Amino acid sequence: MEKTILEIKNITKQFPGVTALSNVSFDIKAGEIHALCGENGAGKSTLIKIISGIHPYGTYEGEIVFDGQLMNFGHVKDVENAGVATIYQELSLVKEMSVAENLFLGNWPSKKGLVDWSRIYRATTVLLERVGLSGVNPRSSVGSLGIGQQQLVEIAKALSVESKLIILDEPTSALCDAEIEILFSIIRKLKNEGIACIYISHKLSEIFELSDRVTILRDGQYINTYSSSQLSEEKLILDMVGRELAHSIPRVQQRQDELVMEVRNWTLYSDSFRTKRVVDNVDLDIYKGEILGIAGLMGAGRTELASSLFGIYPSLTEGEIRINGQAVQITDPKIALNNGFAYLSEDRKRFGLVLDMPITENITLASLKELFGTFIDKSVEKEKALNYIDMLKIKTPTERQQLKNLSGGNQQKVVISKWLETKPKILIVDEVTRGIDVGAKHEFYQILNDLVTAGVAVVMISSELPELLGLCNRILVMGEGKITGIFDYKEATQEKILSCAMVR
Amino acid sequence: MKEMSMKKTIDLQAYSMTFALIGIWVFFYIVSKGIFLAPRNISNLSIQMAVTAILTTGMVLVIVSGNIDLSVGSLMGMLGGFAAILQVNYRFGTFATIVITLLIGLMVGAFQGVIISYLRVPAFIVTLGGLLAYRGVLLGITQGRTISPMNPSFVPMGQSYIGNPYSTIIAVFVAGLMAYSAFKSVKKEKNSSIVFKALKIGIIPLIILFYTFVINTYRGIPVAVLIMVGTIAVFHVIAKDTTFGRSIYAIGGNEEAALYSGIKIKRILLGVFLLQGLLSALGGMVLAARLNAGTISAGQSLEMDVIAAAVIGGTSLAGGKGTVSGAILGALVMASLDNGMSIMNVDAFWQMILKGAILVIAVYIDVVNTERKKSV
Repeated sequence: MEKTILEIKNITKQFPGVTALSNVSFDIKAGEIHALCGENGAGKSTLIKIISGIHPYGTYEGEIVFDGQLMNFGHVKDVENAGVATIYQELSLVKEMSVAENLFLGNWPSKKGLVDWSRIYRATTVLLERVGLSGVNPRSSVGSLGIGQQQLVEIAKALSVESKLIILDEPTSALCDAEIEILFSIIRKLKNEGIACIYISHKLSEIFELSDRVTILRDGQYINTYSSSQLSEEKLILDMVGRELAHSIPRVQQRQDELVMEVRNWTLYSDSFRTKRVVDNVDLDIYKGEILGIAGLMGAGRTELASSLFGIYPSLTEGEIRINGQAVQITDPKIALNNGFAYLSEDRKRFGLVLDMPITENITLASLKELFGTFIDKSVEKEKALNYIDMLKIKTPTERQQLKNLSGGNQQKVVISKWLETKPKILIVDEVTRGIDVGAKHEFYQILNDLVTAGVAVVMISSELPELLGLCNRILVMGEGKITGIFDYKEATQEKILSCAMVR
Repeated sequence: MKEMSMKKTIDLQAYSMTFALIGIWVFFYIVSKGIFLAPRNISNLSIQMAVTAILTTGMVLVIVSGNIDLSVGSLMGMLGGFAAILQVNYRFGTFATIVITLLIGLMVGAFQGVIISYLRVPAFIVTLGGLLAYRGVLLGITQGRTISPMNPSFVPMGQSYIGNPYSTIIAVFVAGLMAYSAFKSVKKEKNSSIVFKALKIGIIPLIILFYTFVINTYRGIPVAVLIMVGTIAVFHVIAKDTTFGRSIYAIGGNEEAALYSGIKIKRILLGVFLLQGLLSALGGMVLAARLNAGTISAGQSLEMDVIAAAVIGGTSLAGGKGTVSGAILGALVMASLDNGMSIMNVDAFWQMILKGAILVIAVYIDVVNTERKKSV
């Protein structure tokens, strides 16, 4: 059909001691949406970094040919100018600056040495229209927009430099369904304009809905490229993991025996507008021996509920917490932990890990005083780490490995080890499987099931409904800071949950 | 595999620093026609190093926690001045002077620590204010005069020596202790060669014994050096083996993760600045003892030496990384430059220019290292 826009030829990339990519070759056609799939650590990110010039020419073997031209550039900017735009999960917009300023950041058109603002605003209006943001004022600051709109601004920015290839790395992980739909329609529109797109996602449904072709990587190797219409989910997963997966999520027998934590009239006020309630008058009962799911869309206040209970915003909260019938004032995470209440946050890099520390030290971090008092016994610490590495199957050459050298799933296992080491009675896990490959997800389900069987009360915040439906005993739904529904697993369906979660 | 290469880069840093140090020594040895490495000068060099090193041990913790302390030079000058006034004007005994000065050091450290951790004024600003204010207090209380002489029993801290055989006994004891603990940790390593293991066990004890042998041909081990070694040992243990030290690294490495892990960040930071106040008192007294006086210029711009020593020794200004032992090597580099230039009669202005340049270069190397690690 169309001509080839990007050729990836025999790419091999080595890091000290690790081969991240080994002799990978495939191509992207002009105007196609090409999904890139693989488990974490398969080499997707490394490949993207090579194409976008973060790993410049010469630091890898093989060649990238874009639009007939060898990409022998030394700088990201050269690659962008050649027509390849990359949009990462973490957006690279300056929140304090206006939309227009962001779109032309570094490329301000000038007239007689001064920035030509009228031209910028005119061009911005056109670009925003192309990405379906015609309602947005070019002068409003990017920080005032929602995450979905910010993502579209990033795409508009890519269009401003006349990109012929746009790379999207997990663009929907922070978006709600309506926003995802808008994003998809924009990508399809760009496709019709002849712009190719490399699309990375962990969500299978998106891959099938959107892409023309799918390329699968596994352990740094090229596995296969399929036309999406001829590919089944089973085949895709099989190629990704290299083994058959159990389809169902294993549920364990759960009961609601003993009430361990009661929350009454819990309210969290916004830090910037003290009258706005981020969490609004929430009541919560958490029982020993069950997994309580919390569903809801982005911005429903689930993470805020959990972190405020954990004592992160002591001055902004109102309400009562009782643990084992005892009223407690949690003004500090330490108090929560002392009461057997642990919280695994959604952002493991920001709130969970010290990346420069080895596994051993990360695992004991939340229980240093309890384990050691004043002097740390390194042999005990090592033993603990080896124990968790074995129990949770953490893939690492040694227990002294620094966290920054582990893959996302293994990092998450270290975080959960850290919380398990605090011997929690109540454990809230917030998006514990986000950005983790399918195989490792099931390992996490197993871990949660084991905890429940051992009598821990688990609260699971998740945006993936199948996971909640498969694991939880009860599912609570939040919308705009309030609890909008609560279901027993027997009566819960995706439709019922979504209809409660949607804000009217 | 990666672990190995990480270790290698760290060791590389230590090696290159050691080579730089040897280079500096050889250079000064040649241009001074041997005076630089004569026992007498080595003795002087180590006494000069003592004050810098004492303060550097604390600075490592401050910088690892992601903060900075610009006030150490002034604070230690002020506390040395206090000690002198207590002794000269108020006839306090040596023991009482030491205790009171340490207490004042703790109080000032607590004061700064509270402003930084509880009132959340950046450490840079608080200690920059301290840099000015403490020097001002010193000027005020001494009215610009040198206060001397100190009590004869106070002076040994900075001026006395422990000669043979006591110095040899101490050295053999310390060297034996270090060899034993190195042996214990090396024993667990599987994949390093015998030569490498022997080096790891033997090198520092041998240096200690050799140093003692050389210095015994002059007057013996300076008391100030013993105080320094004690401080280094204590802070090495604090940094490596205590939950307090581990918490400091966690705060510097990722403050939010430390908070979520239940670490009492404010309390830990307060502790860090308390310790730095205590060390300023100790350093101030050693210096006052060495000079046998409290002077208004004591410790002037010492914060630069101390920060440079820590950074040259591999402490990252970004926080979370650094070791006491590395910083001590850094302090030795700084003291060697100081001493070498002094015996070469290099003009004071050149010394200032050179040290300023070294501070910037050291930070530049730190920045490059951090960036290179990020890109991998």
